[in-house]
Amino acid sequence: MSVEHAPVSRQPGDRHRTGYDEATRARLAADAAQIVARYPQQRSALLPMLHLVQAEDGYVSPRGIAFCAQTLGLTTAEVSAVATFYTQYKRHPNGTYTVGVCTNTLCAVMGGDAIWEELSDHLGVGHDETTEDGAITLERVECNAACDYAPVMMVNWEFFDNQTPQSATAVVDDLRAGKPVRPTRGADQVVTFREMSRVLAGFLDGRADEGPGAGPATLRGVELARQQGWTAPAYPGDATGGTAAGAGAAASRPQPGAEQSSAERTPTTPADSTPGQRPDTPSSPSAGGSSSDSSSQKAKEE
Amino acid sequence: MTTLTPVLTDTWDAERSWTLATYLDHGGYRGLRTALAQQPADLVNLVKDSGLRGRGGAGFPTGMKWSFLPAPDGGPRYLVVNADESEPGTCKDIPLMMASPQHLIEGVAITSYAIGCHHAFIYLRGEVVHVYRRLLRAVEEAYAAGYLGKNILGSGYDLDVTVHAGAGAYICGEETALLDSLEGLRGQPRLKPPFPAVAGLYARPTVVNNVESIASVPSIVVGGSDWFKTMGTERSAGFGLFSLSGHVARPGQYEAPLGITLRELLDMAGGIREGHELKFWTPGGSSTPIFTAEHLDVPLDYESVGAAGSMLGTRALQIFDETTSVVRAVTRWTEFYKHESCGKCTPCREGTYWLTQVLQRLEAGRGTPEDIDLLLDLCDNILGRAFCALGDGATSPITSAITYFREEFEAGTHTPADVLFPPERSSLFHYTPRRSAAGALAGVHA
Repeated sequence: MSVEHAPVSRQPGDRHRTGYDEATRARLAADAAQIVARYPQQRSALLPMLHLVQAEDGYVSPRGIAFCAQTLGLTTAEVSAVATFYTQYKRHPNGTYTVGVCTNTLCAVMGGDAIWEELSDHLGVGHDETTEDGAITLERVECNAACDYAPVMMVNWEFFDNQTPQSATAVVDDLRAGKPVRPTRGADQVVTFREMSRVLAGFLDGRADEGPGAGPATLRGVELARQQGWTAPAYPGDATGGTAAGAGAAASRPQPGAEQSSAERTPTTPADSTPGQRPDTPSSPSAGGSSSDSSSQKAKEE
Repeated sequence: MTTLTPVLTDTWDAERSWTLATYLDHGGYRGLRTALAQQPADLVNLVKDSGLRGRGGAGFPTGMKWSFLPAPDGGPRYLVVNADESEPGTCKDIPLMMASPQHLIEGVAITSYAIGCHHAFIYLRGEVVHVYRRLLRAVEEAYAAGYLGKNILGSGYDLDVTVHAGAGAYICGEETALLDSLEGLRGQPRLKPPFPAVAGLYARPTVVNNVESIASVPSIVVGGSDWFKTMGTERSAGFGLFSLSGHVARPGQYEAPLGITLRELLDMAGGIREGHELKFWTPGGSSTPIFTAEHLDVPLDYESVGAAGSMLGTRALQIFDETTSVVRAVTRWTEFYKHESCGKCTPCREGTYWLTQVLQRLEAGRGTPEDIDLLLDLCDNILGRAFCALGDGATSPITSAITYFREEFEAGTHTPADVLFPPERSSLFHYTPRRSAAGALAGVHA
């Protein structure tokens, strides 16, 4: 995707050709306006808007990139730079269902590698490839925060817990046959990639109350506690606790190399310790109130 | 004997546990009512006094983090909840938000009030669509019932909450990368200082806290700091979710006081799977140095785990038995770090590529005698020299695994890992392997 003009923000009325027909463009613009309204600064709308583009086109299309750029006053290069950073944004048309097998260490060792091999052979596709019927895009996925249900498979980012090669194959066969498929922990039915992407853009689909609150592994501890009669100590009425400890704030500031982060440097400029300025946005009027002129001036000089 | 202390998990087994109605039936929003009757500064002191430390891995005192915000200057201040749970092995925040999202919302409301924030954000990883539904719905319900929005519970306090879905990037769990991502940029870490408390979201004072930290706040407000400190140890106060996974009879979430040991937790979880024994485990995710059976009695609190050479991290206890190849496990984790390196700094971007190549040939049994020293040298050049903690974390499994299981790496100079440790023996189901895992999987993320 090329950018034809100088890399300045587009002016009002200065538009990319989006490729959407008028009705579609108006509908997307209305959705985008809702997304933008959630944030104090409109650029924050970019990630959800890219999900919205995927809901429309099934991937991050060139016209979708242009639409985001036009809506948010960015260049298409700026939008593409973001879209290519995140693995959920697809750069070519996705299948109706993304089937992801966790092959991070724990799931892989518990059987995820075997499930991956089985599905890859069964479907005849590799990582990030789509079956010829367009039904399934197969992926190796990283840890999806369900390790107590290993091995885990995700279908359009719904949980399929405690999988085997047989159960996983049955799921993809049903998906390809167009049968409804029910996740282990999730909505009553897996929705399509586009429908799922619309939810990720922040638009509820009426399915939040479907499915269980928790699976068996999630409840293991609390059920054991009930059996054994174990509880946390009772609240002491409405008491709100002891007096403030007060002191020690300065002594406990994060030290370079200590717990809060790695590779922290010592403050060198006023912008390091004064609110309102980030070093890489020295004079942006939208960057929030700078507390003093001298600090912003100093940052600008850097 | 240490016993479980369900606080966060206490409502998870209730009917329709995720709804506001269920949460209210179990005493929900009592903390917010109590908090709104107090001065914000008193709430900050209360949480400081409770000893609550960040539950997202680093363990920084939560109340202290709040108190670092500079004095109000009339401009906005933000709370951003880190719900990007992606550290391998970590699986506590996602089930919490699926089962009881109101717990988090109440914590967000109290924390925002305490720090003077009127617009809070929850940054959820994008790969959990049903959890996103639950959070969006929970926020809707809380607005409708007057727990969010204008003039909350008649207090005159206003708060808006935006739930934001990411799009697949482990690095966005790093707090400054998360802020860049939330601003609509590539998720790459920022140089610190300035810390987010000084210049965070939109360069304004910002508190970034983990889901479990924030969800723990309502109970502290109701029970008080002394109540919280009756659990845990002196410097690691309170309860936490311990997530057992892997070769254990009953994997799952166990909410216990900090300082419980793996031996005690394994007793509760039915032990290692039948007929097998513990080989190695992570105390807090893949970025924390591994432990072995000799560490079964290390109290799982910040100080004790640190003193034993690892980190408490996220209490993600990944358990592996004697059938598991350490080289295979470590290689796969390293491939993960390589895949997730954001590319901003050279030690991490280049180093994880080199590490992966060396480990892959060791896993395939084609390593050279110099490879172990080469790995350690590479790790030495990454640790402390990377821009953020991702690079540091990438070295932890390698250096710790070489410390405890050096002979397995040496075997990688002549014998493939899947010959020494046939993968079908580690699997939780029976199957016949169709080809060599080491050969087929090499370089898949390239």
